[in-house]
Amino acid sequence: MKIDRLALCGNWILARFPLAKVWNEHMTHYYAPRNFNFWYFFGSLALLVLVNQFVTGILLTMNYKPDAKLAFDSVEYIMRDVHWGWLIRYMHSTGASAFFIVIYLHMFRGIMYGSFKQPRELIWIFGMLLFVCLMAEAFMGYLLPWGQMSYWGAQVIISLFSAIPVIGDDLSLWVRGDYVVSDATLNRFFAFHVISVPLVLVMLVFLHIVALHEVGSNNPDGIEIKKYKDEKGIPLDGIPFHPYYTVKDIVGVAVFLIFFATVIFYMPEMGGYFLEHANFIPADPMKTPEHIAPVWYFTPFYAILRAIPDKFAGVIGMGGAIVVLFLLPWLDRNPVKSIRYRSGVYKKALLLLVISFIGLGYLGTQPATPELTMFARILTAVYFGFFLLMPIYTRWEKTKPVPQRVTEQHSFEEQLHTLEEQLPALLDEITELKQGTTSEIGDPAFRSSFFSRRPNAEGIINVMTRVAKKLKESLD
Amino acid sequence: MKLITTLLLLLTLSVGTQASESVKLQEANIDLTDKVSLLRGAKHFVTYCLGCHSAKYMRYLRIALDTGVDEKTVLDDIAPVGASIYDQLKSAMNKHDAEKWFGTQPPDLSLIARSRGADWLYSYLKSYYIDPSRPFGANNLIFEDTAMPNPLWQLQGEQHAVQRKTIWGEYAQLVLDEPGKLSEKEFDLMVNDLVNFLVYVGEPVQQERQSMGKYVLAFLGLFLVIAYLLKKEYWKDIHKAIK
Amino acid sequence: MINEGVDNAKRQFLTSALTVVGAVGTGYLAVPFLAQMQPSVKAMAAGAPVEVDISKIEAGQLIRVAWRGKPVWILNRTPEVIATLKTLDSQLRDPLSKESIQPDYSKNPVRSIKPEIFVAVGLCTHLGCSPTFRPEIAPNDLGDNWKGGFFCPCHGSWFDLAGRVYQGVPAPTNLEIPPYRYITDTLIIVGETTGEKTA
Repeated sequence: MKIDRLALCGNWILARFPLAKVWNEHMTHYYAPRNFNFWYFFGSLALLVLVNQFVTGILLTMNYKPDAKLAFDSVEYIMRDVHWGWLIRYMHSTGASAFFIVIYLHMFRGIMYGSFKQPRELIWIFGMLLFVCLMAEAFMGYLLPWGQMSYWGAQVIISLFSAIPVIGDDLSLWVRGDYVVSDATLNRFFAFHVISVPLVLVMLVFLHIVALHEVGSNNPDGIEIKKYKDEKGIPLDGIPFHPYYTVKDIVGVAVFLIFFATVIFYMPEMGGYFLEHANFIPADPMKTPEHIAPVWYFTPFYAILRAIPDKFAGVIGMGGAIVVLFLLPWLDRNPVKSIRYRSGVYKKALLLLVISFIGLGYLGTQPATPELTMFARILTAVYFGFFLLMPIYTRWEKTKPVPQRVTEQHSFEEQLHTLEEQLPALLDEITELKQGTTSEIGDPAFRSSFFSRRPNAEGIINVMTRVAKKLKESLD
Repeated sequence: MKLITTLLLLLTLSVGTQASESVKLQEANIDLTDKVSLLRGAKHFVTYCLGCHSAKYMRYLRIALDTGVDEKTVLDDIAPVGASIYDQLKSAMNKHDAEKWFGTQPPDLSLIARSRGADWLYSYLKSYYIDPSRPFGANNLIFEDTAMPNPLWQLQGEQHAVQRKTIWGEYAQLVLDEPGKLSEKEFDLMVNDLVNFLVYVGEPVQQERQSMGKYVLAFLGLFLVIAYLLKKEYWKDIHKAIK
Repeated sequence: MINEGVDNAKRQFLTSALTVVGAVGTGYLAVPFLAQMQPSVKAMAAGAPVEVDISKIEAGQLIRVAWRGKPVWILNRTPEVIATLKTLDSQLRDPLSKESIQPDYSKNPVRSIKPEIFVAVGLCTHLGCSPTFRPEIAPNDLGDNWKGGFFCPCHGSWFDLAGRVYQGVPAPTNLEIPPYRYITDTLIIVGETTGEKTA
């Protein structure tokens, strides 16, 4: 009887709202390629972090005070006097860094497997807009604790606007609402951080997903699964997102949460990278800290800014580093999507991009000495080289034949199994029996065991050359 | 792969971030589970620091709760006379006086351990030496021309700086001229207790946070195992379909 | 998809297990999220017991102190007022304070430890307005039945000078009496009964 009522109630709603339709369209009847790998976790994880930021952010606003006199105190009030305030604040601050880790990996996936290419250019553009919004959100959020780094970081970044010819000075004045970063700036950044930018973010996420579900997901083989369909019109290589990818993504979520919780509970400052040491000193407009560096996720772009010895050109370089990403779908002239079937040239170029990005990220955290600036210039050139030379080196690439259907890759379990099988042989190769233990004394089981052996230099070198050769092959 | 390299890079970097000063820091022995040390440190803080410095985000009540000592003991043994258990550790010093005497306001010490690090504080408090050119007659090896006179000189005694030359270059070393009320060992312990307390004050919840972490991770581990089994079960369909 | 040979029982079990574990986890996470809206330690500090010197309160005078941010009244009642209180029982809703909130030591007709010193939380038990102190007898606006008391301007509730509610007004119970005790004859502490804090 009671169940019937409930069902009636449900039917009443379903008759008036397309809940089942939306669920089917985007979950049970959304066919995703069956060969997603590790790199495909980060989309759903980004969504999870977004939700985390929303919930913890709303809770933080309940006790935070966007007032230059009270802001710093209110953050410490949250950390100490509010019940569980510390957990909520760390979830938010760690979430900010986690967001960028996840997003950078997500973007790298897109570049690696050509997910930005026709017909997915618009998804990439929405994604890039999301990235820009996220940077704005993070930058404005970072001012709110009103510590020394918050203050001087904002001061430096807002001063970038003044590099723009003619209107620059007036523009930066308008953004700050004062001659220096002040209470007015803090108050408006709070408004943007809490309301405006999150609304835009949610809207863009919606567009990003709608656009994705219109054309369908790319995959590590970079082929269109919709080309081959069965008699019911279902892609042969597609599987329903729900339940197969929901259960898989939950595993990803669990692993992510383990990392996330480890940071929150054991290293919330992450050695000064997630929460900078100087930001535990209240903002002082009279005194700049000795060494100011933005939070790690901005440092690659910050390093580009510093590497260029001209204010305006530096700002252009920094902006350009993001603009070239927008242009990616039109810079890459090669129709082959996945890195698996592309040429060694492209693989090496992508490797250089990764090296330059991480290198610039590191340099951005360091004080600018002449030698380091030199490095930063080289890496900046490499970074832009990857994008701007793309139309040339991708046009005449020698690609490998692309399969018609998605390929089988060894699953994680299988790889683990192979490794397990190979391990004894590998150990035998890199070690040799110790002299003297070959005597008859002692248990024979012990003699043949790992402890009776010692490293064998020749074997180790052999194994290492083999690994190096394999690595080189993978780049061809 | 990229993730792993990034993490490794972060780890190696984090080691070198705080110790950018040229003078080598001495290592403080921080143990927040040592409640007795924390209480001694609290007492030292109130005796030697609270005259000028506040720790305005910290309440006496919190000390009582976190060390397991009852409120009355904290009020009688640690807090200054007349303090309430809900009071924050606020210095009675007048801001204008402070500026007149020291040229600057003594900073609040609630978060000093988070901005400076424990080893820096430990080394700093031990590195005062006689320097007649300074207004208070003392300078510091770690923080040159510090505005703070040495609050612990009666306990430590008087030190002076000697330049030493080695093949790696020149460096300054401190030599104790006149022993103070405490032996070197006692003084080290005392400074260590004080720094231990300051680290605690920087984030009173850190001990609780870490002990909580174990359970959260164990729980997430359980969640992961079940989630993995569920995934494996469902994905049998896919693997069968391929074969 | 091939659906033959699927172990549905195992799937069902694992799905339920994961749902349960997930729900428990969400529950645990919800605790901090909800608990953060509880009064913080700062609010508790502001809610600490308050000491009040009552030696300066003249007969018939009422003073207000803040305890937990609420107005607490301390009224020095004259012998005439105390005498009047005894005559009002028939007009009151809860003359013996059976339904009302007060510590046991104030559960008496005059609702106080010492008859002349009346301590009460000055918030109407109807919807939380603070009633006005009207000690005069039969004023023009309240009519002849008014024997002195507290009148709530929001919704017209009547209380006598022991904080007891009259019949036929919206307020359901008598005014709340906070925990308090005498440290000395002239010094009381509000918010504390016997040295123990009332959380």
